[in-house]
Amino acid sequence: MKPARFDYERPRELGAALALLAGDNVTTKVLAGGQSLGPLLNLRLVQPDIVVDITAIPEMIRVEEEADHLVLGACITHADIEDGRVPDVTNGAMRDVAAGIAYRAVRNRGTIGGSLTSADPSADWVSALAALGAEVILRGATGTRTLPVEDYVVGALETSLGTGELLETVRIPRLSKAARWAYVKKCRKTGEFAHAIGAVLVDPERNVWRAVIGATESRPIVAADARELFGGRGDAAALNTFDARIADRILINAGMSDALDRQIHVVALRRAVAQAAETALQ
Amino acid sequence: MVEQGIGARLTRKEDDRLMRGRGQYVADIRLAGMQDVAFLRSPIAHGRIRNVTVPPQYNDAVFTSADLVGVKPIRAVSSLPGFKASEQPVLATGKIRQVGELIAMCVAPTRAEAEDIAASLTLDIEELPAVHDMLAARAPDSPLVHEHWGDNVVLETFADIDIAKAFDAPIKVTRELRTARQAMCPMEGRAVVAAWDSRLEQLTVHTAAQMPHINRNGLSECLSLDQAAVRVISPDVGGGFGYKGILLPEEICLSWLTMKRGHPVRWIEDRREHLTASANCREHHYVITAYADRDGTLRGIDCEAHVDSGAYSSYPFSACLEAAQVVSILPGPYDFPAYRCRTFAVATNKCPILPYRGVARTGVCFAMELMLDAIAREVGMEPYEVRLKNLVRPEQMPFDNITKKHFDSGDYPQALRRAIGAFDLPAIRERQRRVEPDGRLIGFGLAVYCEQGSHGTAVYAGWGVPMIPGHEQATARLTPDGGLELRVGVHSHGQSLETTLAQVAHEILGVDVSKVRVVLGDTALTPYSTGTWGSRCAVMAGGAVASACREIAERAKQIGAKLLQADAASVTFRDGRVVSASGDVGIADIARTWYLRPQDLPGDVHRGGLEATVGYKPPVDSGTFSYAAHAALIAVDPEIGDVEILDYVIAEDGGKLINPMVVDGQIYGGYAQGIGTALYEEMPFDSAGQPLASTFADYLLPGPTEVPAPRLDHMETLAPYTLFGQKGIGEGGCIAPPAAITNAVNDALKGFGAELSVSPITPRRVLEAIAAAAANPAERAGAAA
Ligand SMILES: Cc1cc2nc3c(=O)[nH]c(=O)nc-3n(C[C@H](O)[C@H](O)[C@H](O)COP(=O)(O)OP(=O)(O)OC[C@H]3O[C@@H](n4cnc5c(N)ncnc54)[C@H](O)[C@@H]3O)c2cc1C
Repeated sequence: MKPARFDYERPRELGAALALLAGDNVTTKVLAGGQSLGPLLNLRLVQPDIVVDITAIPEMIRVEEEADHLVLGACITHADIEDGRVPDVTNGAMRDVAAGIAYRAVRNRGTIGGSLTSADPSADWVSALAALGAEVILRGATGTRTLPVEDYVVGALETSLGTGELLETVRIPRLSKAARWAYVKKCRKTGEFAHAIGAVLVDPERNVWRAVIGATESRPIVAADARELFGGRGDAAALNTFDARIADRILINAGMSDALDRQIHVVALRRAVAQAAETALQ
Repeated sequence: MVEQGIGARLTRKEDDRLMRGRGQYVADIRLAGMQDVAFLRSPIAHGRIRNVTVPPQYNDAVFTSADLVGVKPIRAVSSLPGFKASEQPVLATGKIRQVGELIAMCVAPTRAEAEDIAASLTLDIEELPAVHDMLAARAPDSPLVHEHWGDNVVLETFADIDIAKAFDAPIKVTRELRTARQAMCPMEGRAVVAAWDSRLEQLTVHTAAQMPHINRNGLSECLSLDQAAVRVISPDVGGGFGYKGILLPEEICLSWLTMKRGHPVRWIEDRREHLTASANCREHHYVITAYADRDGTLRGIDCEAHVDSGAYSSYPFSACLEAAQVVSILPGPYDFPAYRCRTFAVATNKCPILPYRGVARTGVCFAMELMLDAIAREVGMEPYEVRLKNLVRPEQMPFDNITKKHFDSGDYPQALRRAIGAFDLPAIRERQRRVEPDGRLIGFGLAVYCEQGSHGTAVYAGWGVPMIPGHEQATARLTPDGGLELRVGVHSHGQSLETTLAQVAHEILGVDVSKVRVVLGDTALTPYSTGTWGSRCAVMAGGAVASACREIAERAKQIGAKLLQADAASVTFRDGRVVSASGDVGIADIARTWYLRPQDLPGDVHRGGLEATVGYKPPVDSGTFSYAAHAALIAVDPEIGDVEILDYVIAEDGGKLINPMVVDGQIYGGYAQGIGTALYEEMPFDSAGQPLASTFADYLLPGPTEVPAPRLDHMETLAPYTLFGQKGIGEGGCIAPPAAITNAVNDALKGFGAELSVSPITPRRVLEAIAAAAANPAERAGAAA
């Protein structure tokens, strides 16, 4: 289980990286933390001519705190977030999610951008950042474009990243102090990818009601206006009126035909809602 | 002075090296000119090779079966009547019988380049229908793994002891039970570095193996080399569990290659090869009926069992050991009067099955213990009460059970009582009547087993496999500076033998354990041994070391008596000194005299000096029987199917413990593997026989957070036939957890009428059992009848 031969480049400038990716007649693969790419190389599932390591590019590790957003470079690691080496605008939500990814050795290297770009439906950031309402900024030869996370991940292991494009930064909205958040990850052992994810963000001050059912066969299912799950209610007690049947119907509509699969996904979401309701009481 | 002899909780001598990363494993070996090997393996489960096309530039670097002229296939034949022999080609000779079967060997300066070569080969292969399920393999229209057999049954065994007498029992419960196929997953995989020494005209095979002398037998046989022309070295080995007991075709390939090319070659198994290609374990299927009286007394057990043996018979244990053992050990620690059991070892298009730590016991314990709980539910008794009714009692010991197993000693009911006593069972039952605050259900489960270990000549002669243990030998040699060297043919790959054997020697000779060097894992340096398997080292190697040391003590007494000018018959040997009425002399002085000042000794001194090789076998070698009761308290989340172990108790009797801390370690390790079997580990296959878990992302092993610390309780009933009363206990920890945990889960789910009968207990299976019970409230899930 050794990779096929490849060349390795570690450019220090964004432009140089983009130029490498634009090269004719060579196949390239971007390397961030290598936690997903490494196994793919070793299993020879990908055999690029050049591996372009982007972790030395300043834009990729930048951190900017704005009034209502935090901007994180794509190569910020799970451990950077977990350890609080980068600011937090989510009342600790991101730190908790980061701490539940894999185990420490993987978190030391794995990056937020690599995680989103791997687009594993079971990965944590894919669901958590969609629930937080985060956006990604993609950089190509001709400029940048901005997409909500749920539009970046378009399917299992599939993103809307164009050829020659890089995921440059992730923009995370600042939650208000009263925001209620819960994230429930169901997995069989510590460090495993999820089998079901439920996430809820209720931030009435910003008029945000979001819910995500993740770790499905495909991209996470995002309810951008989650009030439908609470009988349409938008008041403080709405979280206590979660309607599992509606969640179930959403899953049926999304094509999840297996009843037990739906059950664990609905339960994950229900528990997330219940947790969010509890935080509100404290 | 710290107590160092038998019974001392001594820290391990080998830890200084192993814990600092200074161990030397096969993959650490660098020989000048060494090249790497990668294999082209079969991508399909069953087929016929039409052609392998090698790009011309690689003609010198690729070898197929046509090149291996004179190399014999691996044959592991049992003399049991009806056994059908298979030949495992070293490189495939036409027919392919499993995914991962070796087709071509590719050699290059690095492994990556060797894999490039393997990837450049074109394989033209005709696909045949594959059979991957052992029950389907019994059907008359099944594809045949070995056509000339006429069916897929490697071996059928049968016993009937008065089963008809049980038929009128008022209680009759039948279940269909299954245990998943697993991989053994030692931390270090298999690894081979082969080198030809032209000066010695000797093949040296460095291999991660637990039975190096047996590998040597097999290599010499398949390569038609004199035994003396083969040296097998197993350096530090990172876990064996049975997986490192087999002779691999890769070992033969590399041996042939180094002789062909003259330079050393190496192959280091990767995880995908381990999981999918070399060998798996554990896959059993049972249809079993228990007959009982209304008070829980067992009247009889009637069973038909299948074991999926895979495509080939592995050397030396053969393809039938696991299945054939089921007949003799299914009754477990229980005494009942009627028994019928038929077993089938079945060939399928999967990699061979191997005896894995606990061997067939994990499966039979699962089967028997689930049945005892089924009876308990049927008669409305506590599961422990049913067990107490049926366990062999201490006053019956030694006890020949219904299959003529000779249980040497012990108090099985006491182990169970102690396990139960570690819990407040009435409080648990009370708690079960209330709903847990988090909506989970708690359950309490038990499993009891006894484990034959260190079984010897008679037992294995009965199986008639290529490896039959006889007298275990050890060499003890005092060095001129008063140190002691022990040479033993078993190996240590987690068992701490460098420490425990030194403790045995210390017990006899009084040499400080820091001055005892234990030499293992090299056929050129150690006496012949069948190696490390069957929980035999403490009894057999421990017995051999003690016997050799006693001989040394006798010799030392002679020399010491001369030095003390006393009569040899009048001196004693105590704490490392020869003592006479007038004085005493230490063993170091005795050694110095023998080696360095022979002029001080008279001519009639024993010519063997201070080195002795002595064989040992217990007077009754049908095996020691350690035993344990495991009790698990678990919580099940009935909405998502998760199982959490809340508390776990093991009450165990290993006889005299040479180093109780080492025994604790063995139990912890086995328990962790038992949790893997119970809750996580499973090698699934698709309908074409493709193994579906080829990395640890798909093959789940328990990690530290999944293995909560168990509470251990040691009992000590001395084994009557071993030197110090010690019993084999290396495997026991992994035998009972699948049964205890499954029983606990079923206890938790009894309110639903749901019952699990397939291991591992995955969340999916829990939810399915609950859903099935909800769908058919009248029909109890799990019942086959
Ligand atoms: C044992 C193990 C357990 C794990 N468990 C979990 C888990 O529980 N939850 C979870 O969420 N994740 C888990 N992961 C995945 C982990 O979080 C990785 O960090 C993540 O999948 C990939 O991040 P990376 O930085 O290592 O990316 P890499 O492996 O370097 O890259 C992944 C892919 O993204 C591309 N890429 C990376 N960065 C960019 C960029 N900026 N622009 C464009 N393309 C890019 C690469 O070309 C590659 O195709 C686990 C991984 C392992 C090895």
